[in-house]
Amino acid sequence: MTRARIRAIFAVPVLAALGVFLFWGFAGVPDFGGFHGRYGTIINHRATPERHTTNAVTAVVFDYRGVDTLGEEFILFAAVVGVVLLLRKGDEGEPPTAPVRSEQVRLVGAVMVGVAFLIGLWVIAFGFVTPGGGFQGGVVVAGALLLVFLTAGYRPWQRLAKERALDPLEGLGVGSFVAIGLAGLIASGPFLHNFIGSGRTGTLASGGTMPLLNWATALEVAAANVVLYAEFLEHYVAPIFAKEPR
Amino acid sequence: MVHVPEALHAVVLVSAALLATAVVLTRNTLRQILVNGVYGLMLVILFVVLQAPDVALSMLVVTTIAYPLIVLAAIARTRSGKLTDEQEQE
Repeated sequence: MTRARIRAIFAVPVLAALGVFLFWGFAGVPDFGGFHGRYGTIINHRATPERHTTNAVTAVVFDYRGVDTLGEEFILFAAVVGVVLLLRKGDEGEPPTAPVRSEQVRLVGAVMVGVAFLIGLWVIAFGFVTPGGGFQGGVVVAGALLLVFLTAGYRPWQRLAKERALDPLEGLGVGSFVAIGLAGLIASGPFLHNFIGSGRTGTLASGGTMPLLNWATALEVAAANVVLYAEFLEHYVAPIFAKEPR
Repeated sequence: MVHVPEALHAVVLVSAALLATAVVLTRNTLRQILVNGVYGLMLVILFVVLQAPDVALSMLVVTTIAYPLIVLAAIARTRSGKLTDEQEQE
């Protein structure tokens, strides 16, 4: 018996079974748009009167289920620390020059660095009033900084993404999330309790501790992403530029 | 609540399915990253149409910034210096 034939004998029944189970699963799915979850409805009705925030998602992420977000922050933190432990080796000598040759890329990129950075800050700042938040905005800010590498080359990027500045910033992001949680514990009982006054609905001065936790998350996510990009670029991409003729 | 016509749902869902197939059928890994980005953007539109703007924003940053960079870095590493198609054909 040939190898292909043996493979077919095993593959056909397995794929058929998979198909049957998939079909069975899809047959039991609720109708399109059908939603019977109570939690979402309750949150939608209570978030704005209770917490004075107009984005119910942020109210869940930074208030009602704030502890879950703390856990997620530490997942990201631990993942980036793991990457740094594996990849960082200390000073590797003179960084390679990698001039970006296309003028168009440089021009568009140079404009976009500022634009993307501003959009990132905006997504963070208004995260609890309109859609957005610290996680999304943080990645946009990190992406804006990454544009420096794409448009200006490796050396300006390396001057920007300094380990000595980024590592403490990342720690500060996670740390201040915990600190705000502990402040709630001291001020009013439960950990991460929203102990600051709710403020005026629809303005930046609303939501109590939500804006603070939002900015803490933004700092952690932005710094973590830049650290991640810096390590990947240094060890995976920089050696390629080093080989190119200068 | 904004009313979204059902035809729009259908168009976006079918487009997402087609683009997902296109990602699988693209064999060149560098091009696959670009096609995957377009597929991700279609999912962003899908989330907006289904009125989940927060999820759309998360999808947007993951699919256009975080994911391509990490995959690109990995490809750059495994190809050991071959960055473009031209260089590959040499």
